[in-house]
Amino acid sequence: MLQIAIRRRLGRFSLDVAIEAPAPGVTALFGRSGSGKTSIIQAVAGLLRPESGRIAVGGTVLFDSALAIDLAPEKRRIGYVFQDARLFPHLSVARNLAYGLNRAPKAERAIGFDQVVDLLGIAALLDRRPRALSGGERQRVALGRALLAQPRLLLMDEPLAALDADRKAEVLPYLEALHERLALPILYVTHAMEEVGRLADTLVVVEAGRVLASGPLAEVLSRADLPSLAGHDEALNVLRTVVGAHLPERGLTRLDFDGGTLLLPRLDRPPGTALRVRIAARDIILATRRPEAISLRNILEGRVRDLGQGRGGAVLVGLMLGQTPLIARITQDAAQDLGLVPGMPVLVLVKSVAVDR
Amino acid sequence: MTDFLTPDELAAIGLSLKVALRAVVFSLPLAILAAWLLARTRFPGKALFDALVHVPLVMPPVVVGYVLLVLFGARGPLGGLLQDWFGIRLVFTAAGASLATAVMSFPLIVRAIRLSLEAADPGLEDAARTLGAGPLDRLFTITLPLAFPGILSGAVVAFAAGLGEFGAVITFVSNIPGETQTLPLAIYTATQIPGGEATAAKLAAISFTLALAGLFLSELLARRLRGWIGR
Repeated sequence: MLQIAIRRRLGRFSLDVAIEAPAPGVTALFGRSGSGKTSIIQAVAGLLRPESGRIAVGGTVLFDSALAIDLAPEKRRIGYVFQDARLFPHLSVARNLAYGLNRAPKAERAIGFDQVVDLLGIAALLDRRPRALSGGERQRVALGRALLAQPRLLLMDEPLAALDADRKAEVLPYLEALHERLALPILYVTHAMEEVGRLADTLVVVEAGRVLASGPLAEVLSRADLPSLAGHDEALNVLRTVVGAHLPERGLTRLDFDGGTLLLPRLDRPPGTALRVRIAARDIILATRRPEAISLRNILEGRVRDLGQGRGGAVLVGLMLGQTPLIARITQDAAQDLGLVPGMPVLVLVKSVAVDR
Repeated sequence: MTDFLTPDELAAIGLSLKVALRAVVFSLPLAILAAWLLARTRFPGKALFDALVHVPLVMPPVVVGYVLLVLFGARGPLGGLLQDWFGIRLVFTAAGASLATAVMSFPLIVRAIRLSLEAADPGLEDAARTLGAGPLDRLFTITLPLAFPGILSGAVVAFAAGLGEFGAVITFVSNIPGETQTLPLAIYTATQIPGGEATAAKLAAISFTLALAGLFLSELLARRLRGWIGR
């Protein structure tokens, strides 16, 4: 369990947040720049002192103003991956990686050097100096360095924000692997919806120093009352599915989830594999009558849960497919045409190619 | 060589090198501390401390020598103590010449180190903290290595400047051949003796060469080291 409840005034800006997140798992702190996300993780790392509050990871209290506890950053064992990597320029990659490892208590060295080098694919870089690395390589090394310090919690401050699209695509799979292979709680700061969709289990939306919403990812993403989230251009849904069956004669793969099935272009995964897929809110089409003779493969039966106002006159439609919450963004005009009201049954249309893995 | 330089002249050059070297070696740790205090900390009276560190740069060297004479003279408050407790005498000795030189070149070293400390990203120290490094650990593994080019070039410049320190030295420890007569003092002496022009010119040329070599070496080292530490 990760527990953060802090207050801090920073000039005109004031931070006042309370966050509880399960550990392990990835908790994303999502919000615009200047919303206070980075201040929150700095406080967790001990680099920023809150005026009051309490920060605890697992059973360890890192900060508690009432009990006058304020552990120094070097005593907290909280890994921190900075946006700008902050590798030590005078040390080789290998010595950067070993820096935290050598300072971790011997009895608690659960993550090994070779394991991390292998996980992050950085074996070929060990003898190099940081300045000879690309941006993506730097972030991988910075991640490895933080992991090897044997942290109880890993903080990541927009680790991909400074990278171009190609470098992002290079690093993201390593983050996903990290998520799957290490039972380490991660607090991940980002303003990129795609990273939230691919990495997060729990989502905390931060705005102007306050927590706007928090909870399990799919639940928060599908809330129709959060224009800053669902009204976002890139707003998306995350579905936890299982590969059901392959349909070789049709070139498709069927994914099952609580609330229906999805047909996708054939996937190379054995049946039974858990798969997390993303569907953009703007890619969902709603209908009240079953369309015929259409290229669309996925027609799901759901019902309208609630309606919300999006940006620029868009309507956010909260949906339930069985137990699975979903959000769709449509125009005001379409919502009126269909006469959408909470509780009414509706057909949810999803193009196979609009489902991202 | 012995034809070119007299034993007294050789002694003056040797003494200058020794005095300047000792001055740098002893002032370096204090200079690092002062530079670190100025670059990385805040404390009441910092502006005054800053001014005190730099005052030898703007004060007439004779005044610095005079102040040292008052403080460290045989009957001065500090000189008496040193004499009684440790049997150390600074007035009219080579050790005193080193002290005067160290005080004069102190601001030069502090400035060089301070600049390189300020140029080093404090974010790197934060990174080291999150990796479990305490204050001294950070100082020796991150801060000082990154400031090393500045420390070294500051030391070399101070050494080169120390070779030529005149006013403070002659005021504090006088001009005793073989004991306190450094290169610039020997040049001065030569100019005061009829027929000493040739000696003065010769020693001046040597002095010029040493100073130039020092500056050149400092620049070269700084450039090499910056490459080495990866910046």
